[in-house]
Amino acid sequence: MASRPEVVAPPEIFYDDSEARKYTSSSRIVQIQATLSERALELLALPDDGIPKLLLDIGCGSGLSGETLTEDGHHWIGLDISASMLNVALEREVEGDLVLGDMGQGLGVRPGVIDGAISISAVQWLCNADKSSHNPRLRLKAFFTSLYKCLSNGARAVFQVYPENIDQRELILNAAMHAGFAGGIVVDFPHSSKRRKEFLVLTCGQRSVNSSVSKGKNEDGESCSDEDSEDEENQTVCISDRHRPRKKQKRNNKNGKGKEWILRKKEQMRRRGNAVPSDSKYTGRKRKDRF
Amino acid sequence: MRLLTHNMLSSNIKGVVNGFPLRIEAEKVAEKSVEMNREFLKKMFQKVHWKAFVDASRAMGYTELPEKADSSMLNSDEFLNRFHHALLELHLEEGALVCPETGRRFPVNKGIPNMLLPQEEVLLSIIIC
Ligand SMILES: C[S@@+](CC[C@H](N)C(=O)[O-])C[C@H]1O[C@@H](n2cnc3c(N)ncnc32)[C@H](O)[C@@H]1O
Repeated sequence: MASRPEVVAPPEIFYDDSEARKYTSSSRIVQIQATLSERALELLALPDDGIPKLLLDIGCGSGLSGETLTEDGHHWIGLDISASMLNVALEREVEGDLVLGDMGQGLGVRPGVIDGAISISAVQWLCNADKSSHNPRLRLKAFFTSLYKCLSNGARAVFQVYPENIDQRELILNAAMHAGFAGGIVVDFPHSSKRRKEFLVLTCGQRSVNSSVSKGKNEDGESCSDEDSEDEENQTVCISDRHRPRKKQKRNNKNGKGKEWILRKKEQMRRRGNAVPSDSKYTGRKRKDRF
Repeated sequence: MRLLTHNMLSSNIKGVVNGFPLRIEAEKVAEKSVEMNREFLKKMFQKVHWKAFVDASRAMGYTELPEKADSSMLNSDEFLNRFHHALLELHLEEGALVCPETGRRFPVNKGIPNMLLPQEEVLLSIIIC
């Protein structure tokens, strides 16, 4: 694998026009980011009331992660430091509003108004000092403190991160805890070096710590616990409540996404110039249960 | 950028105490119709800062919102339509957002506000907080 992009250049330089395009046109990346975002959305555990939520996508890039939020019917505001990535997001006509900004400078969002936040493959960038005036600790603090303020009580923030090492993970986690968040790390596929994915699941305010942490997944897609290895690394990591997040997924599978969603999605694909079957009375119809 | 987002944003220069609402300078406004969701509007009504919202909609050339609003108005379709239109269908494409306290302008291009601060402004904020 190539070296980590964070050590190559600052994000606004690394993600220039050509890299932004390359990133977004790789079907492999599109696929991975969609999977990560869906998992993050699941871990957000939004109330199951069918009402669209107002979410943040931090380090939204070209909108790959935000699209998952749109598909689930939510409104989102995306923040990114790379104008080139945001330009690609514009070209792709993402539904979210885009803001050019640096999360390390703190989010300028009113207190208590946001229902949840996701951040996919972005926060590890804060651990680097790209300018002489950059201090990762202060930038992480500015970020998490401002995030904590703008979330509504009980809201969650889910970060998929690629920490370079244990120190970096600790640095990020500590900054989050200092800002007042409760929560911990969920590891999916802990025993596979390739598929291993880490999610930092944070809760703001009220909801109890116990209900706030979810289980990781293992190779069979079953919940699994990685308690031993996590515990020795950090005692704030607690893994509990085996059954909760699974439920939501089942419901999604059963009800499907609905005709409206399919039509919207097809329209989106058409706009992007893909060949899409024309709509008919059969589009998105109910199908018999079978295997 | 929609007024939904404008109503949530504040100036992130941290020495600033009253960074909300950012004043809108509109050069180009676009309209894009989207489906209405009453439940979402009702939830948002509790969050929206109404005065800032009305002022923002005027700056965008939309003058149909009542000066004052209370939750009983959510039963009126006419009100919901206007609220929906102003909140989700008007887009600030070109212009600027101006910090109410410092007067600093954050330019908006192609619908994207540039909220990046030069280092001095950030340093100042770190010393203060
Ligand atoms: C690997 S991309 C992920 C983009 C998107 N979340 C996705 O899933 O496709 C990481 C993004 O984080 C952004 N980023 C890095 N540092 C940032 C910072 N300090 N503030 C805002 N965005 C940042 C980069 O510009 C880049 O677009």
